[in-house]
Parts: sequence; C-alpha cells; structure tokens
Amino acid sequence: MDDSGSVVAFWTLAALTVGSALMVVAVRNLVHAVVYLILSFVGVAGIFVLLSADFLAVAQVLIYAGAIPVLIIFAIMLTPRAARDNAETSLGLPALPLVGALLATIISIAVVTDWPEATRGGFEETTSVIGEALLSTYVLPFEIASVLLLAAMLGAIILVRED
Amino acid sequence: MSVGLEHFLVLGAVLFAIGIYLALTKRNAVAVLMGIELMFNAVNVTFVAFSRFVESASPLTGHVFVVFIITVAAAEAAVALALAVLVYRNRETINIDEINLLKW
Repeated sequence: MDDSGSVVAFWTLAALTVGSALMVVAVRNLVHAVVYLILSFVGVAGIFVLLSADFLAVAQVLIYAGAIPVLIIFAIMLTPRAARDNAETSLGLPALPLVGALLATIISIAVVTDWPEATRGGFEETTSVIGEALLSTYVLPFEIASVLLLAAMLGAIILVRED
Repeated sequence: MSVGLEHFLVLGAVLFAIGIYLALTKRNAVAVLMGIELMFNAVNVTFVAFSRFVESASPLTGHVFVVFIITVAAAEAAVALALAVLVYRNRETINIDEINLLKW
C-alpha cells in the first residue's frame, strides 16, 4: 500500500474510528454514545474495504452499523428509569494505567515482531472463497453457529418474556 | 510513506484499549456491552490485517474466522441486552456497581 490514496484513506479512517471511539468514552449521554459507536463501526467497515475484505465490509455495515446499535437503543429505551449519564464507576482512574500498560505491550509486540509479510497485494474477490470455505472445510462450525444463533434467539425471548 | 501491517495492528490495539477501558469503567451495563463490541471490532481489524499482509497458503481463513466472530458477537449482544432488561425489571437499575447481590 504505497500509493498516496491508500495512505490518505488509512489515516482518515483511522482518525474517524479512533476519534469516535474516544467520543463514546467521553460523551455524557448514553444515546449520543451509541451514535458515535455507529460512526466508529462505519470507520472499521472502511478499514475492511481498504484491506480488500469486501464481504466483511458489507457484513460489518449490515450487522455492526445496523443491527447491533438497534439492539442497544432498544435496551436503553426499555430501561427508562436507569441512569443515562454514561458515567464511570470509581474504577475510572485506576483503570487508566492498566489500559495504558496493555496498549504499550500490544503495540511493542506488534512493532518488534518480524512478521512474514507477503507481497501478493490485495485479494481479487473474497465472497466466493469465503462461501466455499464455509460449506466445505468449516461446515461443522457453520452448523454449530446456526444452532448457537437459534439458542441465543430463544434464550433472549424467554428471558424478557413477561408471564 | 506507506501503510503496512504494523499500522493496522496498532489501530486494532488502540481500539481494543478503548473498548477494554469502556468495559472496565462504565457504570451502565449497556455501555459495558458497547465496550465489548468495540473490542470485537478491534480483533476483527487485526484478523483481516493479518489475512491481507501475512504469507499463508490459504490467506482467507482469517476472513472466515471473522465471520464466526461476528456471528457469536451478535448472539452475545442479544442475550446480554436481554439480561440487562431482566435485571432492570427486578432491580430498577442497570448500574453495575449497584448490582452487588453476590458481593460478600
């Protein structure tokens, strides 16, 4: 990724993603935090496009920028008398050095390690390869995932049912 | 100036750190869940970046793994939000520092 378009796209999308993720932490209204979370997920979808993961980018927009914020908004609206101020617990300050140490560790590992980088460039097309892999090599996890989704759906319905 | 694997790994690390800070410190259970979703996304970025840049016989395996992560994350979000609504019904709050029934 040496062309200037990719570089500009990366820094723009990274700023959008990290900036709106920071706003999720900083903003004082829970509903506004969800809106910034959507923006952050859209930025991640852009990063996927940049990494030539076209199928995952579309799935990201559909599921993370569409379905999951709707669920979260539902949960906020169904808990009307709970606090909406998006405040921290008393762990707010002690967690900062912990998170900083974790971040420094991961970044130093990522930078120091000599990854065996390939020179093949971006993928031409990913959807058909993913589809074939899901229905041949990974058919058992695929079926288990469908059972898991069914179980989660039934579990969620039974949990919130009023009787 | 070029963009390589390390850039995406650092981006994933920063997103993961923000997510874990949200999950550790927010008072509202829904905000904690938002932090967990952010951490899932950070891991997905890392998977896709490795899939794109690292030498491998079948490089798209990382994409398949991300598909499964998205599936499990969706199931987890549905159940966790149902639990939040259930706790609210019983306790009139979803502040995790007030839900201390199991605290000794």
